[in-house]
Amino acid sequence: MSDGPRGELLPVDRVRALLAGIPYAGFLGITVEEADGGAMVSRLGFAQHIVGNPSLPAIHGGAIGAFLETAAILELLRHVPDGSLPKPINLTIAYLRSAGPHDTFAVATVTKHGRRVANVQAVAWQRDRAKPVASAQGHFLLPGAATG
Amino acid sequence: MSRLLDAVEASKNMLVDYVPHSAALGLVVVDAKPGQTWLKVPWNEKLVGNAATGVLHGGVVTTVLDNCAGVSVATALPDMRAIATLDLRIDYMKPAAPGRDVIAWTHCYKVGRNVAFVRGAAYHDDPNDPIATTAMTMMLGPAYGPAGGPGAAGPASGAAPDTTAGGEGTRGRS
Repeated sequence: MSDGPRGELLPVDRVRALLAGIPYAGFLGITVEEADGGAMVSRLGFAQHIVGNPSLPAIHGGAIGAFLETAAILELLRHVPDGSLPKPINLTIAYLRSAGPHDTFAVATVTKHGRRVANVQAVAWQRDRAKPVASAQGHFLLPGAATG
Repeated sequence: MSRLLDAVEASKNMLVDYVPHSAALGLVVVDAKPGQTWLKVPWNEKLVGNAATGVLHGGVVTTVLDNCAGVSVATALPDMRAIATLDLRIDYMKPAAPGRDVIAWTHCYKVGRNVAFVRGAAYHDDPNDPIATTAMTMMLGPAYGPAGGPGAAGPASGAAPDTTAGGEGTRGRS
């Protein structure tokens, strides 16, 4: 868990309520859980409709990327006071291992929380947290930042 | 022309229909030629990333570009090979307009011994006014099946889906 400059983090159950505002997260099957120390873990439940390669089988890389992006957004929601959604500017995803037919978990860390832009890192794993299946780093435009 | 591309001609949507997640997204092959692919994501409100604005989730754009890139690499190769995305960078230029389909285009512009390089964009009408641009590297596995090239036997009906799925779902051969 990282320290944002804006004081208390939004509780996980509030983030869970905000997930309803992200229809695609529901389509993929993303939920959030509270871990030790108040950290938040996102979960991508395994289901047939997220499979990319039925012969392995393996979860679609796009679904893993979308999961990491969502985990980053959800972590940022804990840092943003009004609960409106940050917009992704860019994201770089490294695919480290095949994601098998299991639930996938992710934690995100706000590396830098500026006034307009935040840098977030996220990592996803399945049965062994020491063997990540993918990692991502991205920049997000924060709500309220002047655009134009 | 690659054997996979012959298969594309025979059954365009075979490239995505064997990929459950692509079918769930409703992806459609618009066009394909050696090294280049165009896929479409039909508008669907289930894919919205922000219910307040109706804008498509960025992850949908990532997914269609990744899938598109796998097909582009497959059609750039003379032989059937396993393909696995190594990394993918996406830059979001503007939000997708609510209610509109999104087109993904990718181009495999370099095939190395182990790695293929792909760039691409997602857009509504004009590729020069993109929703997002992408750059990817894809790892290439060993060739499988009979030697390819012009005049080679076409793929068995079960072969192409493996290659297709490898284009977006296979993550390394760890």
